Amino acid sequence: MPQIVFDQVEKSYGSVRVLPPLDLSLNDGEFTVLVGPSGCGKSTTLRILAGLETLSGGEIFFDGAPIGALEPKERDIAMVFQDYALYPHMNIAKNMSFALRLQKAPKSEITEKVQRVADMLNIGHLLDRKPAELSGGQRQRVAMGRALVRDAGTFLFDEPLSNLDAKLRGKMRTELAEMRDTIDKNMVYVTHDQVEAMTLGDRIVVMNEGTIQQQGSPEELFKSPVNMFVAGFIGSPTMNFMDGALQQAESGLSVTGDGYTLPLTAEDAARLHNATSRDVVVGLRPSSFERNASLPGQVALKVVVAEYLGAQSVLVTHCGQQELLVEMQSAAPLKAGTTETFGIRTDEIMIFDKASGLRL
Amino acid sequence: MQTANVNRLTPYLFMAPALIVMAVALMYPIGYMIYASFLNWNPSQRIGEAEWVGFSNYINLLQDDAFRESLWVTLKFAAIVVTLEMIIGVGLALLLDRNIRGMSVLRTIFILPMMIAPIVVGLMWRYMYHPTVGIFNRTLKSLGLEPIPWLSDGSWAFTSVIIADIWQWTPFIFILSLAALQSLPRSALEASRIDGATPWQQVIYIKLPLMMPVLIVTLLLRLIDAFKVLEVILVMTNGGPGLSTEILSLRINRTAAEFRELGEAAAMSNYLLILLLLLTVAMYLYNKAVEARAARLRAAAGGDA
Ligand SMILES: Nc1ncnc2c1ncn2[C@@H]1O[C@H](COP(=O)(O)OP(=O)(O)OP(=O)(O)O)[C@@H](O)[C@H]1O
Ligand SMILES: [Mg+2]
Repeated sequence: MPQIVFDQVEKSYGSVRVLPPLDLSLNDGEFTVLVGPSGCGKSTTLRILAGLETLSGGEIFFDGAPIGALEPKERDIAMVFQDYALYPHMNIAKNMSFALRLQKAPKSEITEKVQRVADMLNIGHLLDRKPAELSGGQRQRVAMGRALVRDAGTFLFDEPLSNLDAKLRGKMRTELAEMRDTIDKNMVYVTHDQVEAMTLGDRIVVMNEGTIQQQGSPEELFKSPVNMFVAGFIGSPTMNFMDGALQQAESGLSVTGDGYTLPLTAEDAARLHNATSRDVVVGLRPSSFERNASLPGQVALKVVVAEYLGAQSVLVTHCGQQELLVEMQSAAPLKAGTTETFGIRTDEIMIFDKASGLRL
Repeated sequence: MQTANVNRLTPYLFMAPALIVMAVALMYPIGYMIYASFLNWNPSQRIGEAEWVGFSNYINLLQDDAFRESLWVTLKFAAIVVTLEMIIGVGLALLLDRNIRGMSVLRTIFILPMMIAPIVVGLMWRYMYHPTVGIFNRTLKSLGLEPIPWLSDGSWAFTSVIIADIWQWTPFIFILSLAALQSLPRSALEASRIDGATPWQQVIYIKLPLMMPVLIVTLLLRLIDAFKVLEVILVMTNGGPGLSTEILSLRINRTAAEFRELGEAAAMSNYLLILLLLLTVAMYLYNKAVEARAARLRAAAGGDA
């Protein structure tokens, strides 16, 4: 369970640079979630950490010791591959026990461990089958099981639940969360799933095009994203962005744009009064809306579509020419086509610089 | 209804010309050979004049020491060359399965021997094995060692023939093994590295088992070929000294050309054919067994799903 530090780690394939110099530290016993759009270098980062790819520059340290030159097996790592990477000629039991058998663990211990993990993953009845005889989701669970039977110091998961149905995914998420709390291992987890990222991560690292945009606890990333990319990536439904301009009036600072004018809090005003000349983008979370006439911000929205999601509904609305998502309790249904006035919690408004995308 | 029938017949109609050519070109000579093996037939006679002797050619052959010796030499030769070629060919493929610069040139050089005409290979080796001017003995001499009677001593001649065959045919196994290796799933190999397998363990537990289907077919193809080897040995030793390198195809050739026993030569060919058929059937049965296993597992998987 080492502390892992990436120091200026670079990766290029020929002339294609996949990771520009990357600094990242993963604390001892922490569950780190890597998120980012497809092709941003998450798998590459994991593979470099596992030793499957050579470094093009920089160094990785485990507890201060450089490991860039070590073979994968010397790094004490277990990994779930994005494409499962099962051994096609071995049955499931053999697949899962391969590492243990190489370590010459006692037979009874191997059988017991494999059975326990397989039962946890609901694949106990498939142990005699070959990977080709399983469904995608079953294979994925085998890949997961193969990593979990091992007693490695660091676990790397590359989208390990992407192929499971919602119910199974929920169950596995709980198992993982339990594992995170009970065993003291480093875990690095790649996912596209908001809920997984938010519920599992002690820390979330948001990547884009090989660079880390922001890292922090799920709450930090949700409440204070540093730029539009992070704000748009974290949270579901995604944040609404509207072009606007800051306006100084005697009542205070406000932001105005096509179809809306919203007052800003005194706190925001103090920080932003220098920025009035800039073009800005207003970020509004769908959850910041409320049917409450006493809120300081009020905006009239035309409801276009109401998506019913159970207890919550997501309304697709128009504010001037722009589309806004609004999250509402389903209890008070709104009809499509009507125009309604919504209250906005102004302390949740985020203002970004339009040119750089940075939070102001 | 009428058109449906015609439609069903169409494929056979299209296949018919090929079938007829096959029947004439393949079945006729084989039938001829089988018929001839029951005759006491001298090349000066027409086939109609030859005396029908039933199975006596076959029975005589079984009691013929020279034939039995020749069969034994053939079996020994095939077993030894194929075993060594498999080990060296697969070994080389495992060593050279990596992306080093210049590797493609190296691979091409490795498969050159296979592309040389067998007669030329035989001549080449005969000169290299020459007792006084051949490169081997000259080298031995310049090192101050005794020359070796490469082709003039019975057991050395057998070894020499084996060396030449290995030189010529290892590339065949090498190239097929390499192709098999390069089509292995990369990610499974990566997973095994993470699971802690050493390069050796990767070979034994992952690479060889996954290559096995290709290796078995390669082995059988090579084995069938080794039983039929003729030109190289004909040119190098012509079966000698004594019967030490007289493999079956040479013996058949001599029986027909030298001893003028066409019936016996045909019977001998049939023994060889039976041997090869057994190998082919073994290959077929192996494939069937693999398929059946897969089908059974699929059925089992379907059963409780
Ligand atoms: N062997 C390679 N050669 C060249 N480019 C590569 C290679 N492997 C990956 N890349 C490139 O590196 C970038 C990052 O790939 P990576 O697999 O790390 O993405 P990812 O973040 O895991 O994406 P996803 O979420 O789709 O799995 C991609 O643009 C990809 O095209
Ligand atoms: Mg990936």
